[in-house]
Amino acid sequence: MAHSNSTKNISYRRFDTLIIGAGGGGLRAALQLSEADASVAVVSKVFPTRSHTVAAQGGVNAALANVSEDNWHWHMFDTVKGSDYLGDQDAIEYMCRAASKVVYELEHFGVPFSRLDNGSIYQRPFGGQSKNFGGSQATRTCAAADRTGHAILHSLYQQNIRAKTHFFDEYFAVDLIKDDEGNIQGALVFDIKTGDIVVIEAKTTLLATGGAGQLYRTTTNALINTGDGMAMSLRAGVPLQDMEFFQFHPTGIAGRGMLITEGARGEGGYLVNGLGERFMERYAPNAKDLASRDVVSRAIATEIREGRGCGKDKGHVLLKLDHLEESVIQKRLPGIRQTCKTFLGLDPVESEIPVYPTAHYTMGGIPTNRDGQVVTPVKDTPEEPVQGLYSAGECACVSVHGANRLGGNSLLDILVFGRSAANHIITQLQENRFHRRLHQPSVDQALERLFRWNKKGDGESVEELRTDLKKVMDENCGVFRTQEVLDEGIEKVSALAERLKDAVIDDHSDVFNTARVEALELENIMDVALATVYSAAARTESRGAHSRIDYPQRDDIHWMKHTLYFSENRSIDFKPVRTKPLSVDSFPPKPRVY
Amino acid sequence: MMRFKIYRFNPETDKKPYVQEYELEKIEPGMMLLDALKQIKEQDPSLGFRRSCGEGVCGSDGMNINGTNGLACITPLADLKSPVEINPLPGLPVVRDLIIDMEQFYKQYREVKPYLTRKAPLPELELKQSPEERDKLDGLYECILCACCSTSCPSFWWNPDKFLGPAALLQAGRFLQDSRDQTQAERLEALDGPFKLFRCHTIMNCVQVCPKDLNPTKAIGEIKKMMLKRTI
Repeated sequence: MAHSNSTKNISYRRFDTLIIGAGGGGLRAALQLSEADASVAVVSKVFPTRSHTVAAQGGVNAALANVSEDNWHWHMFDTVKGSDYLGDQDAIEYMCRAASKVVYELEHFGVPFSRLDNGSIYQRPFGGQSKNFGGSQATRTCAAADRTGHAILHSLYQQNIRAKTHFFDEYFAVDLIKDDEGNIQGALVFDIKTGDIVVIEAKTTLLATGGAGQLYRTTTNALINTGDGMAMSLRAGVPLQDMEFFQFHPTGIAGRGMLITEGARGEGGYLVNGLGERFMERYAPNAKDLASRDVVSRAIATEIREGRGCGKDKGHVLLKLDHLEESVIQKRLPGIRQTCKTFLGLDPVESEIPVYPTAHYTMGGIPTNRDGQVVTPVKDTPEEPVQGLYSAGECACVSVHGANRLGGNSLLDILVFGRSAANHIITQLQENRFHRRLHQPSVDQALERLFRWNKKGDGESVEELRTDLKKVMDENCGVFRTQEVLDEGIEKVSALAERLKDAVIDDHSDVFNTARVEALELENIMDVALATVYSAAARTESRGAHSRIDYPQRDDIHWMKHTLYFSENRSIDFKPVRTKPLSVDSFPPKPRVY
Repeated sequence: MMRFKIYRFNPETDKKPYVQEYELEKIEPGMMLLDALKQIKEQDPSLGFRRSCGEGVCGSDGMNINGTNGLACITPLADLKSPVEINPLPGLPVVRDLIIDMEQFYKQYREVKPYLTRKAPLPELELKQSPEERDKLDGLYECILCACCSTSCPSFWWNPDKFLGPAALLQAGRFLQDSRDQTQAERLEALDGPFKLFRCHTIMNCVQVCPKDLNPTKAIGEIKKMMLKRTI
């Protein structure tokens, strides 16, 4: 039993690779590594199938052309345009080219995709998809009903059982271990069940800890999405990139936050306001309800601000599915039908669903290259790999999503870059046969962070600060932003971060101490909140999900660059967008109409 | 106002389990049991339970609620009689409060080799599967491993080391029914014998409690039919 005093025994384990996080990104990487006979440890604070990938609904994009003509180059164009030209075009080309292969692999792993009459994988239309570089709607999202994330996560976990990957289930990662030369040597973790501390030494460490939706009060994200890996990176001196871009999904259940998949609109659903108008026709004459998420979310927020919302307080709009055949809803959208029945007591076959833009996805994250290597500015070079450290999935920023992610590209991102990170790790392992000598001061620092919560006495509670933080983020860093509101956000979050230093927990036990876990999670989400408000206040233009009322235009002359936020001194830096693809011509910025 | 009687046990400080009572003054319409537990945890942060997605897809918050297993996040308070009696899922060791040690359950899951197995080389594109073949997986693949079913099953309570339990058998069925899997004979053989499969006495508690409306008993029945066919 560990925490009562700092003299407690610590055990040490050695693996080739440590993966932190067991969602789709972590598990895809783990599988690749296990099959290459590397020794892999996967550390996850929840049992792997409880990771948030499980909640992804609509599907994964790949230009399989099973339903209508398609190719990866069109997918690439849509992704670049969707990113509002902030995505790195080399990474986007890499992802879209790899998409079909990773989806076929998934199918071979056993994912129960829905099927077309000819036996091939079912695909549905999704937002922001087009044929022929901005032409008519494409049909690119491969789906297992509306439970695609569940199907993928379970299949990946199952394949890892086959491959005998070593899991540390319900272990919490406290901090990365880093030596004086900047090499990452693994992490200090503890067993939530016993409190026992383990230093996992690894030649390479992959962060795949997912997003930070718990920044906000109303969110589609699970309670575990507290930005742990992002915060660990910050504390290891690595910046976070493009954190001002946070996606609000157009259709969360109003006031509750449960996700209603974009697939609902892909299958023929549409939005109406309080006047019964199909208002998306005004905002996106061609794509209408299948415009990009930032466009649809802003449209909904605008309708409500201008008094055309629905309900008693005119605080939401309605998603209509009741014109669809019951068989379509039952076959293609059974999960959201169940969710509506459970949480709203209504059946979408008969009634409209009240929806509101809801915090959903962290576009920003730990900066990486296409091989999943974490990169950071060193002196005059904008990006140099951090030795031994990798990242993939929502916690990373490659950047393929830029200022706005397209629906169906998130599952694709975790698969493509989980896999490519693993492939790069395999080559690294061949060159690095031995573990470096463990840097004890770094271990001590991680212990200090953990033991800090053993402090007794009076102080504010974790719960109080967490509630206040979410309120500030809702009010000061939401869909629409101004300098004044963001500057106030910086002040308020900074004050909360100060107060957190003196917070206490009363429960100092070792066995499954959820109070301690929640305290450590709050520290993480606080660091991520600081990165988010500072980055948002720095960018004086509107692009993708970052909408500035005081700077309503996109400014390509000054702002075709990525934001970097560093914890040290809370400073901001920038680096250029990579506009040059791998093999095709660059897509230059154009006005973004749907 | 609503009252809650919750099983408490922390092995570090408690010699034996006890029941602690809590009250919530304000119950909003539409509140789920998980919302109530989160509010109770604000009063008493030492209360331990697992939770994550809050919408019934991650399977973390299985517990015994007024005598029936279910997920707290999709159990409306309006459907519950006060005081609500909350206990850990039965039949597995308690780690702390409402948190059980699920290793036995996961071991049974792993034992049925829950992964697609092919013998023939894989094609470049997807393996074809007709919509009808795919339909056979509905009602099987959606399992979220919450353990509500297995821990409600008397056969599982009596023989957790020998009987695989409804959740693992549902998974066995999921791969036996998958037209792409090429190890049907081996899978059936592995389930043969008096215990692993045949200890199911169709008591059907599993069907009653499954929060995803799945039917393990039916899946087990289908496996028995496949076995019978194979022996003829």
